[in-house]
Amino acid sequence: MQFSHKIAGGDFSRAGHAASSVKRVLRELNIDPIVSKHVVIGLYEAEVNVVAHAWSGTVDVDIDGTRVKITITDKGPGIEDIERAMEEGYSTASAEVREMGFGAGLGLSNMKKNSDSFVIESIPGEGTKVELVNYLGRHKVPSSIKNTLKAGRTATSYGSNKTGI
Amino acid sequence: MTIGELTGLIDGKIICCEEKRSELVEHAFASDLMSDVLTVEKENLVLITGLANLQVIRTAEMAEIGCIVFGRDKKVGADIIDLAKQNNMVLVESPHSVFHISGELYKAGLKSIY
Ligand SMILES: Nc1ncnc2c1ncn2[C@@H]1O[C@H](COP(=O)(O)OP(=O)(O)OP(=O)(O)O)[C@@H](O)[C@H]1O
Ligand SMILES: [Mg+2]
Repeated sequence: MQFSHKIAGGDFSRAGHAASSVKRVLRELNIDPIVSKHVVIGLYEAEVNVVAHAWSGTVDVDIDGTRVKITITDKGPGIEDIERAMEEGYSTASAEVREMGFGAGLGLSNMKKNSDSFVIESIPGEGTKVELVNYLGRHKVPSSIKNTLKAGRTATSYGSNKTGI
Repeated sequence: MTIGELTGLIDGKIICCEEKRSELVEHAFASDLMSDVLTVEKENLVLITGLANLQVIRTAEMAEIGCIVFGRDKKVGADIIDLAKQNNMVLVESPHSVFHISGELYKAGLKSIY
């Protein structure tokens, strides 16, 4: 099953619509509520980041019998230093975003904690892509956490795959 | 304690989902930082906050928090109440500060989570 949602940058009144509708779909599919909660928290954080930090974005949801894969792609300023952005407490959120209750600098780390596999890629000046995978039928895999940090040609990325695959 | 008892302790008023006043709550967390709230894993949790906007409700929806207390007579708009209603969330308004509310509820036995 595949479907998509659009996200408008700057529109805080609608932030969370995608996560809320994915939550409903997962409930209808009888997905384990614990898995579902992890999925929607990660997606909500990513959705809010597009609203807070980028211009526009798309959420692509892909669910099969083994996993829920969510890809959030945005057009925006991108992230110069992903390693730094991943640090808890690091935030460039504007005063306006902080007034809405965001800017703790915890969103990316929440995405990582709530997913079995988390990959972020960004091209400064173009945009950012986050991919979150949660496996069904089994909860978080705390052991064998594998982090990879690599610098691509133009894009930089950060990935964590808790399955060891 | 029940949500009804909690409301009495803080001179509060239930403004959404009053019918759930006899439901039990065990833990409380006070924060205005939504990503901080999203780290919380406990059930039967009350969120105490000084922030009144739609994102508080959205955050509670994702974190599965069923009761939110707004401190200092924050104006909770109709859009906020509508979204809370769709999500079966109890909203409580209190004239007291977040500090005062937290103190009263802690004294009365609500547990903190961190
Ligand atoms: N989609 C994005 N586009 C551009 N920059 C981003 C994006 N996502 C994150 N960032 C950058 O990474 C920083 C850290 O992001 P993170 O989500 O961890 O924290 P935050 O959004 O600042 O605050 P919080 O999520 O706790 O409310 C942001 O402040 C921003 O500089
Ligand atoms: Mg964020």
